[in-house]
Amino acid sequence: MSNLSKLESQSVFLLREAYRTFQRIGMPWSMGKDSNVLLWLAQKAFCGRIPFPVLHIDTTYEFPEMMEFRAWAETHYGLQLIVKINEEAIARGVGYETHDPITVTHELKTVALQQVLAEYRWDALITGIRRDEDPTRAKERYFSPRSSEGEWNYKDQPPEFWNQFALPPKGAGGHVRVQPLLDWTEYDIWLYIRRERIPIPPLYFARNGKRFRSIGCQPITHPVPSTASTVDEIISELYATRTPERAGRAQDHHERNAMQKLRAKGFL
Amino acid sequence: MHFSTSEEVVPIVVIGHVDHGKSTLIGRLLFDTGSVPEGKAEELARAAAAEGMPFEHAFLLDSLLEEQAQNVTIDTTEIRFRTKKRRYAIIDAPGHKEFLKNMLSGAARAHAAVLVVDAQEGVREQTRRHAMLLPILGIQHIIVAVNKMDLVDFSEGRYREIVGALATLFQELGLPEPTSLPLSARSGENIVQPSLQMLWHIGGPLLEALDSVPSPPRLDALPLRFAVQDIYRRGTERLVAGRVETGTLRVGDELLFWPGRKRARLRAFAEWPTETTPTEASAGRSTALILEEEIFVERGMIGSSLERTPIEAREFPAKIFWLGPDPLRVGEHYELRLVTQSVSARVLEVDRVIDAETLSVQDSCKPGVEPNEIAEVLVRTQRPLAFDNASEIAQTGRFILAREGRILGGGIVLGARYPRASLPPIQSSPLFWTEGEIDRYERARAQGHSGAIIWFTGLSGAGKSTLAFQLEAQLFRRGIWAYVLDGDNLRHGLSSDLNFSSEDRRENIRRAAEAARILADAGSVAIVALISPFRGDRRKAREIAEAAGIPFREVFVHAPLEVCRARDPKALYARAERGEISEFTGVDSPYEIPEAAELEIPTHELSPTECLEQLMKITLEAITLPNRPSLREDPAANI
Repeated sequence: MSNLSKLESQSVFLLREAYRTFQRIGMPWSMGKDSNVLLWLAQKAFCGRIPFPVLHIDTTYEFPEMMEFRAWAETHYGLQLIVKINEEAIARGVGYETHDPITVTHELKTVALQQVLAEYRWDALITGIRRDEDPTRAKERYFSPRSSEGEWNYKDQPPEFWNQFALPPKGAGGHVRVQPLLDWTEYDIWLYIRRERIPIPPLYFARNGKRFRSIGCQPITHPVPSTASTVDEIISELYATRTPERAGRAQDHHERNAMQKLRAKGFL
Repeated sequence: MHFSTSEEVVPIVVIGHVDHGKSTLIGRLLFDTGSVPEGKAEELARAAAAEGMPFEHAFLLDSLLEEQAQNVTIDTTEIRFRTKKRRYAIIDAPGHKEFLKNMLSGAARAHAAVLVVDAQEGVREQTRRHAMLLPILGIQHIIVAVNKMDLVDFSEGRYREIVGALATLFQELGLPEPTSLPLSARSGENIVQPSLQMLWHIGGPLLEALDSVPSPPRLDALPLRFAVQDIYRRGTERLVAGRVETGTLRVGDELLFWPGRKRARLRAFAEWPTETTPTEASAGRSTALILEEEIFVERGMIGSSLERTPIEAREFPAKIFWLGPDPLRVGEHYELRLVTQSVSARVLEVDRVIDAETLSVQDSCKPGVEPNEIAEVLVRTQRPLAFDNASEIAQTGRFILAREGRILGGGIVLGARYPRASLPPIQSSPLFWTEGEIDRYERARAQGHSGAIIWFTGLSGAGKSTLAFQLEAQLFRRGIWAYVLDGDNLRHGLSSDLNFSSEDRRENIRRAAEAARILADAGSVAIVALISPFRGDRRKAREIAEAAGIPFREVFVHAPLEVCRARDPKALYARAERGEISEFTGVDSPYEIPEAAELEIPTHELSPTECLEQLMKITLEAITLPNRPSLREDPAANI
């Protein structure tokens, strides 16, 4: 079996384990490339129908192209879509115009997620994070427990091996992050998008010598120089590059170990 | 540099004692192969300088602030890089004793291991413990990297000394001979380029050693094991969702589902998108099955082909590692998970505990296993479990023990016995097993002996019933519980609905074997006296006993046909010859002589006392405490 097929099968296995294990599942979906691969794999896992809702955390700083893609995909895939905005923070005036990116990211993404978790009482979240994105994500488990405050106790993670996963004790509160894309690299994601012809938003393809490699909020996401305007060209580009994927994501580089601090508090 | 476009990714774990330089080694390897993202090293150097710390290559892996501050790896991490040959996932495992659970979480997915040993310190406790875990994790390819050679002036003598010590350790552990090399991660000697400081070393640098590790073996050629994860409905269809763990599965194949031996044919696979649905699925593939027959299949079952089936039993010997935090206690219930099966299980006996500090073996029966210990144990499950020996199929030969969702330990099945003949599929469903507080071993200890089945086979008139009742009396008078299940008596009740066709005979034997199993489980010596003329049927009786961990002794009560005919205590031969009864063994139905009976008693040659002496000997030997399978039958079980 090819490496891509192995990755696909392991992700499908994890999605099925999650569906079997948890009662109330939600799947955050950012409309980004990894999110769309995850959506694709969920359809594979459940033979064409995703049996849980998909969540978009709308920071109100989204690229218009992403919002267009969201509208198209919702109908195309027949998603049960939940859209969440942290209205309370917006009302307080939290925004990139006035606040630093760490604060805004925390308020509009992490806190928004906590609000959704409280409202829907989800006991599991299916995330699209990958080990190669960031060194703290490299230390993640497939099933990663989070406290009722959404915090990640990275200093004492449960053991996990042989595809057997730790579960929080009953009544412990909190939720479990199930992370089916952990083993994938950015390169694998693109190879798979090519193999499966997975639809993705147009921002990933180069226009006027620039393209987005990783997409977040508009004010803090910067394109990278590139001429790659097709999936094939992106694959060739990635094969040669040494530039990190999230180089264009400002919140990661705001201070030392910014991602560790963000993620410990519940950021994906 | 030209890099491979090979798709293959080989996972390699770096293990060894704390502070022997594992993370530094990986950092160096990434750095020297140009695999570090642009600006990353500079960023880390700046960050370190700002906090007044020297830059360490290990920071590329030790991403947590706490790890960098203390210069120790807390949790496992994984990083990718490519060589000319292929892609690698390098897994960094913490070497601190306290973080063994994290080390395992990383190492368990590796195909090969680099065991890092400090040239100054030499072999230490975690060096030994990590090496001991390798056979349990199924890691066969090991590279020994003697690190920090710069601190011992690149001394060949010191290197040879450490390699020699490791060779002995590996031999004791039954591990294959490793590839060894000296290097210095900090100064970059012998990592990517051969070292000029160590011209005495003939072999290549680390990178070359990595590329020489053979690719992971293909699992498609192993016997089929399909692990059922869930059942989905699609319209009116039931989809059996799961993964082909090993082997290959094709549309039209006949399958058996275990535990339970339920048979069905594969009509089709069900996948999305439907256009790419295959007609064949090989090892590793997640898919869903549509079966021809409406049989009861549920999560946890393992699908196999009709041949090369898994073991179905409630007891098996295993080698386990225990993480804790509390010790494993004999007799306490844990959740055992094996692929997608989950059952309640107990450790009945701790056979041997191996001390990682001294490698000494404590042979005496211990009440438990302490955290970080490795032990050989006997496991009993509440319901039958389908599994394989890990030496045959690793995927279905390993399990974890958990409580309240927390994983406390893991292990592999060693030296369990495969059935010698296939049993017929079971019809009824769904079935459950429940279990009381008292197990067979407790009963045995209270009674001073354990249960067993003594199975008498032979022609009518050979002397089975006579001997059986004499044996029963002898045992009973010595305070040993014994009871005879006589063929004639059984047919009055339990088997009153059966006749003497070969099919009904088989069923009669199955019932007798099950009844005997229950008696033996309750602590009695069940003495079965049945003609049981067919080898296959007797073999099945033996399997019923052995699957439950009950000793089974086959006794061939032998007398020539003419002698039996002459004895004819119930005048049955005479009636059969007159044609009044048909399918009578020895007249118009064959008797298959046992090939592997534990005892043969020629009743026409021995005196009744001699017969009884032999029977007593074999029975007493079978019921002597402790009564459990030996763990040392399998050569792989050697520590």
